[in-house]
Amino acid sequence: MLSRLLSNDLPRSRWLVALLLVLFLGLAFAPFLFPGVKALNVAAKVLIFVALVASFDLLLGYTGIVSFAHTMFFGIGAYGVAIALNAAETPSWGAIVLGVLGALVISLLLSLVIGLFSLRVKAIFFAMITLAVASAFLTLASQLSDFTGGEDGLTFRVPELLSPGFTLTEEPLVTPLGEVDLNGRLITYYLIFLAVTAIFLTILRIVNSPFGRVLQAIRENDFRAEALGYRTVVYRTLSNVLSAAFATLAGCLLALWLRYNGPDTSLSFEIMLDILLIVVIGGMGTLYGAFIGSVLFVIAQSYLQDLLRLAGSATEGLPLLPALLTPDRWLLWLGVLFVLSVYYFPTGIVGKLRERAVLARRRGQP
Amino acid sequence: MRLLNTDFDWKPLALVPALALLALPAVGSGSTWLTLTVAGLAMGMIVFIIASGLTLVFGLMDVLNFGHGVFIALGAFVATTVLASMGSYTTADSLWLNLVALLPAMLVAMAVAGALGWVFERLIIRPVYGMHLKQILITMGGMIIGEEMIKVIWGPGQIALPLPETLRGSFIFGDASVEKYRLLAVLVGAAVFAAMVWTLNRTKVGLLVRAGVQDREMVESLGYRIRQLFIGVFVVGSALAGLGGVMWGLYQQTVLPQMGAQVNVLIFIVIIIGGLGSTLGALIGALLVGLMANYTGFLMPKVALFSNIALMVAILLWRPQGVYPVTNR
Repeated sequence: MLSRLLSNDLPRSRWLVALLLVLFLGLAFAPFLFPGVKALNVAAKVLIFVALVASFDLLLGYTGIVSFAHTMFFGIGAYGVAIALNAAETPSWGAIVLGVLGALVISLLLSLVIGLFSLRVKAIFFAMITLAVASAFLTLASQLSDFTGGEDGLTFRVPELLSPGFTLTEEPLVTPLGEVDLNGRLITYYLIFLAVTAIFLTILRIVNSPFGRVLQAIRENDFRAEALGYRTVVYRTLSNVLSAAFATLAGCLLALWLRYNGPDTSLSFEIMLDILLIVVIGGMGTLYGAFIGSVLFVIAQSYLQDLLRLAGSATEGLPLLPALLTPDRWLLWLGVLFVLSVYYFPTGIVGKLRERAVLARRRGQP
Repeated sequence: MRLLNTDFDWKPLALVPALALLALPAVGSGSTWLTLTVAGLAMGMIVFIIASGLTLVFGLMDVLNFGHGVFIALGAFVATTVLASMGSYTTADSLWLNLVALLPAMLVAMAVAGALGWVFERLIIRPVYGMHLKQILITMGGMIIGEEMIKVIWGPGQIALPLPETLRGSFIFGDASVEKYRLLAVLVGAAVFAAMVWTLNRTKVGLLVRAGVQDREMVESLGYRIRQLFIGVFVVGSALAGLGGVMWGLYQQTVLPQMGAQVNVLIFIVIIIGGLGSTLGALIGALLVGLMANYTGFLMPKVALFSNIALMVAILLWRPQGVYPVTNR
């Protein structure tokens, strides 16, 4: 049953299984384990990033396509929900569905056009073209202020059931770790949790299907895949479209959680860098890597800035160090992490753990 | 660089005047058109200076450097420091004194950017030769580090980079006004292009570089160490980016730590249009982009931001490998 659910793509390392279980259970019971507004926000962001990064890994890790336009689709999803709910008189479920569907249609068309057009050209061209297209889209989103709220973005209300004001019971639920309010935020969290689980398992199913195998064949040697009779352009385009669709859904979830969307929240280039780094750290071409990477990275990003602040004040008086350790320099450490992970973690966390498992097994049966 | 071949492909070269002529009736007034055209050519020349190093690096070593933008920003920031320390020269009302201030600013910027290029090659690019995906990732990381270090040194805000006194203002030809600085930019750009063409076509180093672009293994088997040559090209390319950064900073009159990433998009468009690895292609791409940006900026400001992408799409539909594809790749 579990094996079917995971599409027979098991972690293949005891440590990996343990890590996955801990993280999964942590996310599943996050509202009860870590009460508090910030903790819940971090957990929701982790979930959304799991879906977003998994969808990007489908493209980068499994098909070997470098795209910088992934946040564009993420942003389309977020803007779809934001615009639909902003325009609706009373926030309704119908408006959400309309927003999601509209965003999906736009993403599908756009990714199809980008895919068909640029996947004909060399891989490196594709990376650069998507970079240009994404930057143009970011400008477009800030320019069309009547529609998207420009730089300020859109703040909107969500349906009653999901809004923080809605409560299931007057009494907060008493748990051993503290009291938890059973309110709309909790419902939204579990909505996101279920949606992300479904998205993750679907992508897992896709990459382990015959279609997914063709994608991997293209990644390894596209010339040979073509020679075997697969029309690589079609497969690449489909991979592009699928990954765009899942990214759009992740964007919709983000908007539902934040009840706000602006260019910086969903379209910025920084998010794109985060995604790339997560995929590299977690391990390209393993969806478990996308999962583990997202959890570790988002938690680090959310709490390391506080740590940097501490380190900055601790080193006060020393030359240069405080300037390097302020929370504003978070990106600097991101860059260092980028370089170091390419140096020392070429296969990512999942790759390392699996390597260890294989070595251990070999030592066990000489 | 096949300027001397008889079967030279003139069509892409003709695109530049064709675009300019096409814009003439659209703009309407001849004097406005002249102003826009000179402005576009100047912008194109600056972009060419920046992009030329990148396209050589790609052509010779098959390395795609997403961190090229950091050399641009570094050059511009170094120039602000140098020019600020030569205050009396830049504010003097004498062209010669102004140029005396500008020259060391450019030279120091080139030297610093070149030195950083050397470090960049050793630390960032050396472990990832032959792996495109990792090149993209690791050079991206290098650019983030560089950009943040600039913020540490010069602060995160934008800094004004005012033009020297005599380079402000414009010449008036009839009704057309041509900014003085843009003429200087055209001159510097033309000088860089001429120097590159001369080096590539008339010197032994140039011969080796061209041969290396064509067939790396053959040059290596003849006993030349192409790695050393590449490091040289990389350093020169970074230095050129530094020079381009100075020119670009003066053109915008402000410098931002993020300018590297902003210009990156522009130079990628340029070298895609030109065909990765082709110097003449990069020049044509840069001129087309510069002209297009200025014409559309005047005619349809809203569309201007997308005109470059539209241009790239149109060119790629015509020639999917760029206007001058470097063969055998």
